[in-house]
Amino acid sequence: MNLRALLNALAGKQDSKDIAKERLRLVLVHDRTSVSPEFMEQIKEEIIKVISKYMEIDTANTVINLHKTEGTAVLEANLAIKAIRRPG
Amino acid sequence: MGAVIVITSGKGGVGKTTTTANLGVGLAMLGEKVVLIDADIGLRNLDVVMGLENRIVYDLVDVVEGNCRPKQALIRDKRYDTLFLLPAAQTRDKNAVTPEQMKKLCAELKEEYDYILVDCPAGIEQGFRNAIAGAERALIVTTPEVSAVRDADRIIGLLEAADLCDPKLIINRLRPDMVKRGDMMDIEDILEILAIDLIGVIPDDEKIIISTNRGEPVVANENGSLSGQAYRNIVRRVRGESVPFLQLYKNSSIFSRLKKIMGLSG
Repeated sequence: MNLRALLNALAGKQDSKDIAKERLRLVLVHDRTSVSPEFMEQIKEEIIKVISKYMEIDTANTVINLHKTEGTAVLEANLAIKAIRRPG
Repeated sequence: MGAVIVITSGKGGVGKTTTTANLGVGLAMLGEKVVLIDADIGLRNLDVVMGLENRIVYDLVDVVEGNCRPKQALIRDKRYDTLFLLPAAQTRDKNAVTPEQMKKLCAELKEEYDYILVDCPAGIEQGFRNAIAGAERALIVTTPEVSAVRDADRIIGLLEAADLCDPKLIINRLRPDMVKRGDMMDIEDILEILAIDLIGVIPDDEKIIISTNRGEPVVANENGSLSGQAYRNIVRRVRGESVPFLQLYKNSSIFSRLKKIMGLSG
């Protein structure tokens, strides 16, 4: 932190460049998670492939979603399990 | 065998064409054989920035359509005889050229020239795809503004998807006075967000406008502007030299001030 930022913090002000940076960060989280349906389908298939090693998955009832909220993005996977394989 | 480098940005008006012209002249000043391709079909501008607008006979579309040989369309620069411009067509649209045609043209030109610099149009559509098709390296121009950095981020993703990895960043129109006041994002802020390597920073400089008025890129004026020096440094980095970055503003962190007070650093 430099002196100006410290003084600003004490005065409860924020440099306009910090506002710019923060806005940019938020908008990029959103931009970078704007993915195509094909890409989501690819992620879904790969996840199913990995989990299938351990559990039997009901692929028809599997939903994968990307949620965007302010500042963060969450990948949510709902996998319906048919059976769990015995640990080898 | 030469190198094909695309100069791109996503957002318009950040200085792609000025950068292309200056890097081209700078490379030619060091004796390199250079071709500048204006890929902005329908909105050509590299010719006026270079001061060569009165010499155009054939253009890029003429070359790819086979109306002339590449050599016939190349315009030799006024001052540097190893520097050539391949102008864009002004009366056609971006679909007049395909990525395959650009690839072929670039491959042909690099047999004979050391550097092929492609001035990319703004946007991410066909014109962008054409411009990057033949390139093996990319330079991204941005300014310290939210919109320009955002578009640069998008372009980095698209370049990666096209297997053009490791692009280098040029930060244009930096205003040291505003950075000092905390009213402009500084170099570190932008690098932190984009996470790519920096190849140069051009300070905002009215000499660029003056030299563009004359059609003489600022890089050629060796006794003068900071922006010209910044461009000459980028030229050397493009050639693989390691050149220290210009100190455009002083780092005034509390630690460095304390160190200074305590006599630990100069």
